[in-house]
Amino acid sequence: MSRLPVLDTDRPPQASAVKIARDKPDLLLTERHDLCPGCGEPLAMRVLLEAIEELDASRMAIGVVGIGCYTAFSPTMDVDSIQALHGRAPSVATGAKRMRPESLVFTLQGDGDMVNEGLQEVIHTAARGESVTCVLLNNGVFGETGGHMTATTVLGQRTKNSLDGRDAAYHGHPILIGDLLAQLGGTAYAARGAVDDAAGVARAKRMLRRAFQTQLRGEGFSFVEILTMCPTGWFIPTPDGPGYLDEVMGTVHVTGELKAGGKLTTTAELIARRGGREAPTA
Amino acid sequence: MRAIESRGTVTIAKQLCKGCELCIPACPPRVLEMSEAHNEQGFPYPELRPGCTGCGACLLVCPDFCFEVFLYREPVAHEVAP
Ligand SMILES: Cc1ncc(C[n+]2csc(CCOP(=O)(O)OP(=O)(O)O)c2C)c(N)n1
Ligand code: SF4
Ligand code: SF4
Ligand code: SF4
Ligand SMILES: [Mg+2]
Repeated sequence: MSRLPVLDTDRPPQASAVKIARDKPDLLLTERHDLCPGCGEPLAMRVLLEAIEELDASRMAIGVVGIGCYTAFSPTMDVDSIQALHGRAPSVATGAKRMRPESLVFTLQGDGDMVNEGLQEVIHTAARGESVTCVLLNNGVFGETGGHMTATTVLGQRTKNSLDGRDAAYHGHPILIGDLLAQLGGTAYAARGAVDDAAGVARAKRMLRRAFQTQLRGEGFSFVEILTMCPTGWFIPTPDGPGYLDEVMGTVHVTGELKAGGKLTTTAELIARRGGREAPTA
Repeated sequence: MRAIESRGTVTIAKQLCKGCELCIPACPPRVLEMSEAHNEQGFPYPELRPGCTGCGACLLVCPDFCFEVFLYREPVAHEVAP
């Protein structure tokens, strides 16, 4: 391999070619950001903003942003946004949507934000069937404040305050938030994706598009969870992030659609169906 | 000499790269390799060798928006040492 020449990638190709993919979504004002090397959150941001662009919904979109590393994108995403207090984004989104029913309202939250700090907010929002889309970037840690255990940290997972791994007897069990929300009558769509490989990133975009379409059709609450790498909080080298996500988080928070077209599928059923490993379906 | 064909190519904004290496295994034909050199931020960055298919996988997994992807209208042949 290394005997092959290095090609010029500093400028567009000289030979006749078509550009088939842009570096960043148009709705992101700059490709620069200060998130860590190997972080999964920018990958989720890409597909979130591209899904809005593809639905031609940028002028009607209102993002309600929680508190976590992803908050760094609120100044650079070209979408109207509201900063919520930690965990409260679903309630703020409820207010925005009720006052502006013609808009596309989504939240952007982390596991610490949604499942720890503000668990009741998202549950009541789903149960009421509010016509909003809640988006969860789940990395199993309070990333921004240093990699501490959250309510979604899986058993055995090493975090700053579970150095020997999360222990059910001492720390309690993880919450599968997707299942909790999917079973509620007000929830019309719920899905769990992951950005650990290119196919997963593309699939997460399809899930986001379906969730937004659910909202635009007025069918009720929609929810998309996206598992994201946090090599800094997981204390692992960046190249190990996707594998760690797949093997440690992804075998518990298994990816797939949890509610779609009125059909409920539990995570346990996804695990049974796939022999514990996910296979792309969406 | 023998020739290797590229059906596509990429641009790499190497100054944006944070050296995470996520693009390296994501590339199906494995035509990306990390550089020996470091960018202005102090990180090594990917370099492209012949054989790109223009699949776009590198772009989808890059957290720092370094890639753009192009498909050649006609495949481009690179002469390489045998
Ligand atoms: C009311 C309140 N409590 C605590 C904090 C401190 N805080 C800021 S970010 C954060 C963690 C967020 O974790 P998560 O939502 O999982 O996002 P991540 O950084 O992992 O992406 C915490 C606890 C705060 N800003 N406000
Ligand atoms: S701490 Fe984790 S979630 Fe936050 S920017 Fe770094 S890798 Fe991403
Ligand atoms: S477009 Fe596909 S083949 Fe070309 S460098 Fe990127 S991942 Fe590799
Ligand atoms: S994925 Fe992006 S940031 Fe990471 S090494 Fe490749 S080009 Fe650099
Ligand atoms: Mg988190």
